[in-house]
Amino acid sequence: MMNFAWLIPAIPVVSFALILFFGKKMPRQGSEIGIAAIASSFVLSCIVTVQWIQRVDETVSEHGLGIVRAIGKGLLANSEEGVAITPVINTVEWFRIGTLEVAVGTQIDGLAVMMLFVVTLISLLVHIYSTSYMHGDVRYTYFYAALSLFTASMLTLVVAPNTLQLLVGWELVGLCSFMLIGHWWEEKANTNAALKAFLTTRTGDIGLMIGVIVTFFAAGQTFDIVQINVLALEGHGGHTIWMVGASCLLVGIIGKSGQFPLHTWLPDAMAGPTPVSALIHAATMVVAGVYLGARMYGVFWQGFSIADGGVNPMALVGGITILIGAALAFVQDDIKKVLAYSTISQLGYMVMGLGIGAWVGAVFHLFTHAFFKALLFLGAGSIAYSGTHHSFDMKKDMGGLRKHMPVTFWTFIIGSFALAGIFPLAGFWSKDEILATAGQGGYEIFMVVGLVGAFLTAGYMTRCVWLSFFGEYRGHAHPHESPKPIIVPLIVLAVFSVLAGLANASAFGIEKFKEYIEPHGEAFPEVLTPQFDVGLAALSFAIVVIAIGVGGFFWVDRRELRALKGLTDRSGTAKAGHSFLMNKYYLDHLYERGIVGGIKGPIARAAYWLNQNVIDGVVNAAGRGSAALGRLTYRFVDQDVVDKAVNSIAQETGNVGGLLRYVQSGRVQRYALMLFGAVGVLALSLVIFS
Amino acid sequence: MNWFQDWALTLSIFLPAVGMVIILLIPRAKENAIKLVALLTSLVTLGVGIGILADFDYSNTGVMQFRVNDSWIDLIQARYHLGVDGISLPMLILSMLVTVLCIVYSWNHFPEPHNPKGLLALILLLEVGMNGTFLAEDLILFFVFFEIVLLPMFFMIGVWGGPNREYASIKFFLFTLFGSALMLLGFLALFFLAGTFQIPALTAKAGIDIAHNTQNLIFLGLFLGFAIKVPMFPFHTWLPDAHTEAPTVGSVLLAAVLLKLGAYGFIRIALPTLPHAAETWAPWIGLLAVVGIIYGALCCLAQTDMKRLIAFSSVSHMGFVMLGIATLTAFGINAAIFGMVAHGLITGMLFFVAGSVQHNYGTRELSRLGGLLTSAPKMGWILGFCVMASLGLPGLAGFWGEFPAVLSAYQPAPGLDVTTFRIFMVVAAVGTVLAAGYLLWMYQRVAFGTPKPEFAEAHIHDVSKIEWLAWSPMLIGIVVFGIYPEAIFGITNGAVMKLYGG
Repeated sequence: MMNFAWLIPAIPVVSFALILFFGKKMPRQGSEIGIAAIASSFVLSCIVTVQWIQRVDETVSEHGLGIVRAIGKGLLANSEEGVAITPVINTVEWFRIGTLEVAVGTQIDGLAVMMLFVVTLISLLVHIYSTSYMHGDVRYTYFYAALSLFTASMLTLVVAPNTLQLLVGWELVGLCSFMLIGHWWEEKANTNAALKAFLTTRTGDIGLMIGVIVTFFAAGQTFDIVQINVLALEGHGGHTIWMVGASCLLVGIIGKSGQFPLHTWLPDAMAGPTPVSALIHAATMVVAGVYLGARMYGVFWQGFSIADGGVNPMALVGGITILIGAALAFVQDDIKKVLAYSTISQLGYMVMGLGIGAWVGAVFHLFTHAFFKALLFLGAGSIAYSGTHHSFDMKKDMGGLRKHMPVTFWTFIIGSFALAGIFPLAGFWSKDEILATAGQGGYEIFMVVGLVGAFLTAGYMTRCVWLSFFGEYRGHAHPHESPKPIIVPLIVLAVFSVLAGLANASAFGIEKFKEYIEPHGEAFPEVLTPQFDVGLAALSFAIVVIAIGVGGFFWVDRRELRALKGLTDRSGTAKAGHSFLMNKYYLDHLYERGIVGGIKGPIARAAYWLNQNVIDGVVNAAGRGSAALGRLTYRFVDQDVVDKAVNSIAQETGNVGGLLRYVQSGRVQRYALMLFGAVGVLALSLVIFS
Repeated sequence: MNWFQDWALTLSIFLPAVGMVIILLIPRAKENAIKLVALLTSLVTLGVGIGILADFDYSNTGVMQFRVNDSWIDLIQARYHLGVDGISLPMLILSMLVTVLCIVYSWNHFPEPHNPKGLLALILLLEVGMNGTFLAEDLILFFVFFEIVLLPMFFMIGVWGGPNREYASIKFFLFTLFGSALMLLGFLALFFLAGTFQIPALTAKAGIDIAHNTQNLIFLGLFLGFAIKVPMFPFHTWLPDAHTEAPTVGSVLLAAVLLKLGAYGFIRIALPTLPHAAETWAPWIGLLAVVGIIYGALCCLAQTDMKRLIAFSSVSHMGFVMLGIATLTAFGINAAIFGMVAHGLITGMLFFVAGSVQHNYGTRELSRLGGLLTSAPKMGWILGFCVMASLGLPGLAGFWGEFPAVLSAYQPAPGLDVTTFRIFMVVAAVGTVLAAGYLLWMYQRVAFGTPKPEFAEAHIHDVSKIEWLAWSPMLIGIVVFGIYPEAIFGITNGAVMKLYGG
């Protein structure tokens, strides 16, 4: 089957075409085609996954059981004594330019099968979920066509054996993102968000495009990813070129994976339907950047000298993103925006993980995050569908929903715990893997950043859960539990959110994820495998519990806070930082804006200010500036200088020669006649002389 | 099939002329007969093109095939010399196809003043010039066809154009004529110094017996002639006016084929016959190309007229083509040819849609449009598709003109300054974002949202059968070439390697 992996992206392509042309005529308006196609792809992905696991097991058992354990524990060096488990690559020639042959095909290895599984599973669940959630939508069929196209593009990206195919998939998922954010295109706000998303990620794509070009030449004119990684790790052609290549690719990652400072499109992208937010803007498309980082790890390893420790751009970008994303999540009233900022923050963990050499941790976090974040988004959708009459405003329309929507509530709690990193749920293990690698690999600062991030995460999720599910119901609808197509996916994802972490529960000596996913051989660096650190795990767990406790305290003690709310209104923010008391008021003031745990308030506000005024301002100003510059260039340079020059030359000629006076007076016919005369004379003379 | 080998190229050039003569003989009132003759002529011509495609030897795309070489004007040693190779074949087919589609589209979209006879005769005359230019292997022959193109387009704009048609048509004519004069000067200089007008012979000599400075001067003449036709910044100002005023089919032909004549001239004549001068001038060509990319895009952002915006986008997109050419590498020139075909299909389609939008709404003002997806969903979708293709989305044809051109700038031909071209590469890459910006901005204004009050009650026709007929070949082409670029690279590569393979 691994040789037929091309079927996995091909099936949704066919389904896209079928839905597009015949969807409206089908009894269920095309959704059944989409679901059948994704289900087939999912089954095939599972088969490929199993076969990959068997392949690893077989290769390993040929070399004796001892090495199995050794690899499992990561005690052996990868390439020399260990076993090289090569990816299964199948390609056909795509085209040829000059002497270069470019292939298209599939590369199946641990990383690819993991992504295939995640993408097809979540896509399938989202397909099922949408039959209910999108029921009766004006563009139901179109929605399913776009979902199929998205899945096909994402899978094309995942199996890409070369950077060019990866680039194709990368841009196509961007297109689908654009189409689906702007799904309700009648509203200007939605299309603005769609445009912003496309243009911001495309800005990052400048980096990706140049990065692909630089690595193409650095590796001796090839797009082949394995080849590029091998040569990068050898340092072929010097360190500098790989540094340039890695930096450019990083810009692409920043754009696609919502990293600081290009993250501002992601919260706006929530204008799309909620299933889309779960699938594209949480679980799959936005991790494409992280996937690129993991895929071309040799380039980053070499380019950023990751083995040396200290600080490098990749880790720095990830670290900053963790903090600014988490801080901003506190000040949102829209539940989807909380989750969007949370996604930004969690993507920061993954990018930082790659930057500090925690390849397994980053990829593992990608894996677990996909489940619990999709779960949270779908949960938010369930609330809007059955609890608040399509509102996502936690403060106005939610509260007390736990009684009305028990399944949604409990699955949401599981998702939140998994996200916050409560032992033994999924997020705990993957985050711990990153933190442990940071601590043991010479990146202590980033371990601290990760811990602070964990505190913030637990804090904002406490607030989010509290506002939505506890207290009094503040909405005006009649909340009830959602129908089956909605809650079944929630339950499935909740199960994965609980169990996925156990795939690499290093405390229990389980390192299956690492064993099957981590590449071996000369195309992959010798990354550090951290020892399970009980102290660190306990610390991070304690931090999470404290954050939840602090958050809970502020929320439980509501009456007193209500009294303080009035005070902050009167005192204002100007006196906020002046005394300890005032600081308390200040916390309450932030509470009014919906912040749990006031300490992070000023930072959140500063980050939000930075976000809105500086970063978003630059984006907006760049847009406005280009338009203005365009207008200026057009008005003053093009129309005044260049065009005038042309006109004045014509005029001068006309004045001097008198010939063009006919032109000025608009006598086209006479001019044409004259021209024909000239041509005729020329022709005649040629005939005569020949 | 021997007669076909001998006559195919002559037929592809002069069949349209025969059709034109027949049309001129039919009384103006018999519109259906005129339309039928025009359509049949263009279809038969395309049939000849398909015959050439079928009979073409794809294992030797670098060799001139279907060659005709007869004496013509002995006094100046100008010969009736035609040939087709991997570089000219895609352009020839593009020209034939677009002509058919324009005639189909005209079927019920005749611009005012209503005169199908005149318009169709001019379209066929235009095809004579376009096909001839792509097939000529003799400089004088090339020049004649290159100039023939001017007249029909001049009248198309001048007679059927918008309110400012006289200004636009004259500007178009004068500007390109100015370039042609310098180009002719270059041709004559080549003749006097190298002793022949035959392009293969000139290519073989590669300017070795011409002093370097003289080469540079001759190249400058050729450059101006071709660059104005492309058009490259800062010689582009005729283009927006011509496009804005031209009737829809005029704009389509202009964008899809006419602009390619200039770039084709660079690839076929200027670069191979004067390789040393090309090396000297290449950085300047590259500079103007990337300036054009950014500049064209900025101007697009300032437009309020849909058609004018698309016109400026041509300046930007042809910048990528010229950047590929400026690298003087096989990679870049393959990309340039692909870019020409892709731009022809995509921008041609954009002008078709803009024409139908104007037909429906009576305006092209972006501020008055909106909600096309609601009023005419199919047309809205087609516009969206073309916008995506135009901004270089992978999987559609535009990408393969753009990305390889940018890539080729990383490593230009030996002798060219690497740093300079790498700067060009980055600037060009920035241009792709601007392209996305203006195209999506236009799409948002035209297609998203709800129709403006003034058109809320208006009945907007969605894509008609005639339009489907005229558009679907281009739409299919955009997808097919996007997914399977080998369909074009496979034809061009051999020929490009022969000329530029080092």
